[in-house]
Amino acid sequence: MYFWDKKTECMSLDELRELQGERLKNTVRFAYDNVPFYRRKLDAAGVNPEDIKSIDDITKLPFTTKEDFRDNYPFGMFAVPLEQVVRIHASSGTTGKQTVVGYTENDIGVWSEAMARTLSAGGTTKGDIVQNAYGYGLFTGGLGAHYGAEKIGASVVPISGGNTKRQLQIMQDFGCTVLCCTPSYAVLLGESAAEQGIDTSKLPLKAGFFGAEPWSENVRREIEEKLHIDALDIYGLSEVMGPGVSYECMEKAGLHVSEDHFYPEIIDPETGERQPDGYKGELVFTSLTKEALPLIRYRTRDVTYLFSDNCGCGRVFRRMHRVLGRTDDMLIIRGVNVFPSQIESILMEIDGTEPHYLIVVDREKGRMDQLEVWVEVSPKMVSDEVRKLEAIERAIVAELESLLGISLKIRLVEPKTIARSEGKAKRVIDRRDLNQ
Amino acid sequence: MRVNQISVFLENKSGRLSDVTRTLADNNINIRALSIADTIDYGLLRLIVNDPDLATQVLTDNGFTVARTEVLAVEIPDRPGGLAGVIDILAAKNLNIEYMYAFVGRSGDHAIVVFRIEPVEDAITVLQEGGMRILRGEELHSL
Repeated sequence: MYFWDKKTECMSLDELRELQGERLKNTVRFAYDNVPFYRRKLDAAGVNPEDIKSIDDITKLPFTTKEDFRDNYPFGMFAVPLEQVVRIHASSGTTGKQTVVGYTENDIGVWSEAMARTLSAGGTTKGDIVQNAYGYGLFTGGLGAHYGAEKIGASVVPISGGNTKRQLQIMQDFGCTVLCCTPSYAVLLGESAAEQGIDTSKLPLKAGFFGAEPWSENVRREIEEKLHIDALDIYGLSEVMGPGVSYECMEKAGLHVSEDHFYPEIIDPETGERQPDGYKGELVFTSLTKEALPLIRYRTRDVTYLFSDNCGCGRVFRRMHRVLGRTDDMLIIRGVNVFPSQIESILMEIDGTEPHYLIVVDREKGRMDQLEVWVEVSPKMVSDEVRKLEAIERAIVAELESLLGISLKIRLVEPKTIARSEGKAKRVIDRRDLNQ
Repeated sequence: MRVNQISVFLENKSGRLSDVTRTLADNNINIRALSIADTIDYGLLRLIVNDPDLATQVLTDNGFTVARTEVLAVEIPDRPGGLAGVIDILAAKNLNIEYMYAFVGRSGDHAIVVFRIEPVEDAITVLQEGGMRILRGEELHSL
């Protein structure tokens, strides 16, 4: 079994709970003293930082949501002045505004540590060459994996996403041993390698760390067969930190949460009641060491369950099952968060009327996720010339691609062809087989 | 001078064209000319019918998206070079033809071609100065 920091990852449960309690106290005090938003929230809930004495007191605290990020856009959630912030990332919000997150130097250190654990759990060492095909930019995937791999001392190839031909060329020429990217891109790389007649069993590539979008055991098997590697699931979200919040060990049976930094809970999304381990519900995280952006009981909207039976690897950290779904209508497509409300607002702007549309997400074998938006044509759109329709299609595509940051296809359809149920249209058809 | 053309948005799937023609037939509407412009996913069916108002209404009632446009129906001498003569007249004045298609019926010993030209006012002037006869809607429908 591989470890980055065996002492921490295998500490006793009592020690861990003690550490979490101490850190929670500090985090709540720090957030209360430095973020007006948290002060108001705790005051309104009648909770004083003094009330938090152990990790079990966490249930006294109110929840934080994505809407809170929107309301405090861009930096209102930060607990330190910008002079101490060394990095800013952002991800999609529900309505136009980005969800903005910041990091102090120390935060980057913790994040790198978490990613070092993640990569080490799959056998990455300083002798490895890591092909990092996560996108670099506002998205946390690229730089998150990059810093973790550097922390280990591995040689990082910061190739970023896309350009499959070059990826395969470099994979062969450099003898890359570790691959980091989205699972759908790993499938694509495997398919393309086969098409080009590359014998992947002869390549030194041995492990891959795949996340940023939902996948399944079937996809794991497919990737492992095509690339002849161990495929490991990793989980994270920028609000909490980025990739590395939880990670699989070689047992490949759930993701260990780096609980000394990120405290997980499962709640009933309807009532907010905390659920015992083993029960499915919404995943909630509290940061225990973050400085720039302390996070108190953040509702991820991801549905899963936690379990604590001893893992064969010996880690004390509880595991979460791979994400089973969402409590909202957010879609994750090629690692990018997409909300139907974003698409609706653009269509509304372009046509000036309430649009009838359908979002169709598909994952054909060996290809990346495809996003197609079906739009019912309105009398305003139709004229006698095809090029005017094509111009409308192009305008919609350009607006949506610029807002969402991913490519997509528009399909104009006849009125009334998108099914309505009880007056309200079904907005999303997700044909990807995500939970097998 | 101008003729009403109706355009119907159709997805490229089997049976849709027949849905349009059936709807028109059931309402006793006669199609005098038609053309289709298409892409991979959809097409626009352009029609000249004897009763464009009724056609627009019954098609809309049956769930189609319909647009109305004014086009010109021009008499063309039915002999070699007949069409070339008309197009030369337009080209000489730098008028672009967006699209054109032939009419089913004839006007005496003339063929009829439907033109979509912008701006339509200029096209009318140029064609008439060039000695071309443009048919009115009523003339067209009574052929």
